[in-house]
Amino acid sequence: MEPNYVLETKNICKDFPGVKANVDVDIQLKTGEILAILGENGAGKTTLLNIIYGLYSQDSGEILLNGKSSPIKNPNDAIKAGIGMVHQHFMLVPVFTVLENIILGSEVLWGPFINKSKARQKIIELSNLYGLEVDPDTVVEDIPVGVQQRVEILKALYRHANILILDEPTAVLTPQETNDLFGIIKILKEQGVSIVFITHKLKEVLEIADRIIVMRRGKVVGETIPSETSEKELANMMVGREVLLQVEKGIAQPKEIVFEVKHLTVKGSSQMHTVHNVSFEVRAGEILGLAGVQGNGQTELVEAITGLRKPDEGMIILDGKTMPIQSPRVMVENGMAHIPEDRHKHGLVLPYELTDNFVLCTYYQQPYSRGAIRDEKAILENAVELIQRFDVRTPSPHSIAGNLSGGNQQKVIVGRELSRPVKIVIANQPTRGLDVGSIEYIHKTLVKMRDQGVAVLLISAELDEIMGLSDRIAVMYRGQIVATVNAADTSREEMGLLMAGLKQQQSE
Amino acid sequence: MTSSSLSQVKTYSFWYRYKRYIIPSVLATLLLIAIIIFYRLNPAVTQAVLASTIRQSTPLILGALCGILCERAGIVNIGIEGQMLLSAWTAYMMNVWSGNLLLSVIVGALTGALLGMLLAFTSVTLKLNQIIGGTVINILALGLTGFLYQTGMTTKGKLQPIPLGGLADIPLVGPVLFNNPPITYTAIALVFLLQIYLFMTPWGLRTRSVGEHPRAADTLGINVFRTRYINTIVGGAIAGLAGAFLTLEAVGSFERGMTNGRGFVALAVMIFGKWNPIGAWLAALLFGFANAMQTQFQFMGTFDIPHQFIGIIPYVLTIIVVSGFVGRSRPPAAEGEPYEKE
Repeated sequence: MEPNYVLETKNICKDFPGVKANVDVDIQLKTGEILAILGENGAGKTTLLNIIYGLYSQDSGEILLNGKSSPIKNPNDAIKAGIGMVHQHFMLVPVFTVLENIILGSEVLWGPFINKSKARQKIIELSNLYGLEVDPDTVVEDIPVGVQQRVEILKALYRHANILILDEPTAVLTPQETNDLFGIIKILKEQGVSIVFITHKLKEVLEIADRIIVMRRGKVVGETIPSETSEKELANMMVGREVLLQVEKGIAQPKEIVFEVKHLTVKGSSQMHTVHNVSFEVRAGEILGLAGVQGNGQTELVEAITGLRKPDEGMIILDGKTMPIQSPRVMVENGMAHIPEDRHKHGLVLPYELTDNFVLCTYYQQPYSRGAIRDEKAILENAVELIQRFDVRTPSPHSIAGNLSGGNQQKVIVGRELSRPVKIVIANQPTRGLDVGSIEYIHKTLVKMRDQGVAVLLISAELDEIMGLSDRIAVMYRGQIVATVNAADTSREEMGLLMAGLKQQQSE
Repeated sequence: MTSSSLSQVKTYSFWYRYKRYIIPSVLATLLLIAIIIFYRLNPAVTQAVLASTIRQSTPLILGALCGILCERAGIVNIGIEGQMLLSAWTAYMMNVWSGNLLLSVIVGALTGALLGMLLAFTSVTLKLNQIIGGTVINILALGLTGFLYQTGMTTKGKLQPIPLGGLADIPLVGPVLFNNPPITYTAIALVFLLQIYLFMTPWGLRTRSVGEHPRAADTLGINVFRTRYINTIVGGAIAGLAGAFLTLEAVGSFERGMTNGRGFVALAVMIFGKWNPIGAWLAALLFGFANAMQTQFQFMGTFDIPHQFIGIIPYVLTIIVVSGFVGRSRPPAAEGEPYEKE
């Protein structure tokens, strides 16, 4: 055994019903290094980390700490062994203060009571040492996501973690917050903390990692260091075939205005969730990107224009007709396709079979229903055809939608929405949480729709996606469109400034 | 961005910061003045009404404390009514059989704890719907006591008021607060004990985390199942005390269905008190006061209204309170959801 590995796994195997999540996984973590584990969704990265943190138990294999075999049966064992984990979905109690969240389970005591002032002092010391600026007495639900993540990291450090596991830490962050996080990770490394970092974002891996392990279908398929590899090579390793990272698309040929939103105002529950006097139009044959950091009113805007939420003011014009308020069916019948942000909540009925999910918008129409009676045969034929056309990987058209992987679920939604005669596609975060292969497919499909003369409104928090696909870009900041620019003549930096509200477009 | 949002937090106005203290203190002062005026006008009635308020509020606050303990740990307990009723009966039977009042109170509390354990078993271990689990307890208690109850048994005494030395001699305050039977004292002590438990001790912090975000608690090595069991059982024992109060302290005998909806009013008290022991106590006092006034009105007969109408005052109050007069009060986020380990 080489003693300089703080953490090692040997032949870890884990099966879930129907899936081999981990097959003989061996990884090694050196003291004070940043190890990135790269892989698509479902590659088994999170499973591996959950095993290391004691949330799952492995079917076979062992974990070694500093060269010694150390069974980790539950998170308590992991915490005692100096392992801290920042989960993808934060494990913070929203109504607790930062301080309460950090000390929970390892409280500083004064007799039988919690010694808050001593705990506060300890937290402030830690945050100064590692450059993690937080206010211990604010309530967690009131602070931005980036700061919540710092609280998660502090939670681990407070428990004397010297191994920090970060599960997709950048998925929820803005570009600026990501930069801040990378700064913090570097400080942690200097202080001797060893870091395991999971992601499927290639740029980040090359920027921050000392060493990269690539996983695919539960196995480790490669190991490399950033100076010896490229985004392209990593993507190919992850997917197991050649992938296109940049969508190929020609110049847009915009025609008539298909979709128009005028003076739309939605009063939300708080400032974060309002839309204030937003107007824009989308033409046939163009992709309008709606950029903005998450939580600047995009969700509310999309809900209002797809009829899911009642706008307080404003007009929605589709194909020359003013749409009645809050009437998704009328909008769908007039040619609107909606790929919703939350595919589980608004995109699919998870316990239904694929056959039924494919006709959610059209079940009441010919040929799927004759009078009040469903035509099962037509519904099945439709499903079989769409599964083939949109390359949905499923054992059967009668499979339950909830059992499919995220990428395939998204293909079901895309198939349902785009197989109808549509005039406008509203795609809200269409590739969120998807792997490189599925992203490539969805991007190609959207560009194809555009070239067929459909208007596309793309809402995304991923700057690369917006820049790569859109012909024009509208930037949302605090519920307003602060700028509309041509994608071709705008730089990433400029977009970043606009999204952060640091720059306003000169009025035309 | 972060630094500006941090500084914003610190620049709240004086009013904003202390709003939550100012309004209650003003109200409390007004109430105090009102009580003094009434006491000057009619000392006997004022004292009777206030003493009755304390008595009437005791089962409500005990029931509400049970609800708070359960719900703060994420278990909805609508079986408080049943826990009270069955405990009232077992405490009464113990009294009839042994005549030992302390033993009877303990048996009442244990009965409540046992039903609490049943609720924990159905909702934590079996992961059944908690509303159904609570309803089962209510029906079970109603059925058992209805079936087993026999008339004509004689009890051997009642818990008597214990004056607390010189404190009991203070005019008005003494007879109202410091001359009560033991379960009433216990209830008031429990209010403060549980307030401290929930908000100042590590176990309280853990209990609340389990009710808000059990997975987060789990990742920090907190045993979600055990926490829920303990809180539900202890809560049950407190509801059992409320039952013992009814038979041993208030009435001195048992009647079918004698809880008379108090277990459900206790839930309203809990919500009105925003899941805080002290808040719930104040709410219980308000309900107790409504009850006391109702009795007083009927007793005096000053109003020429059928007594049934006066009798509905506490229930109307419950409906008003529960239907949102309280303002925004937020229940623990994970309440009612069984926790599944992955």
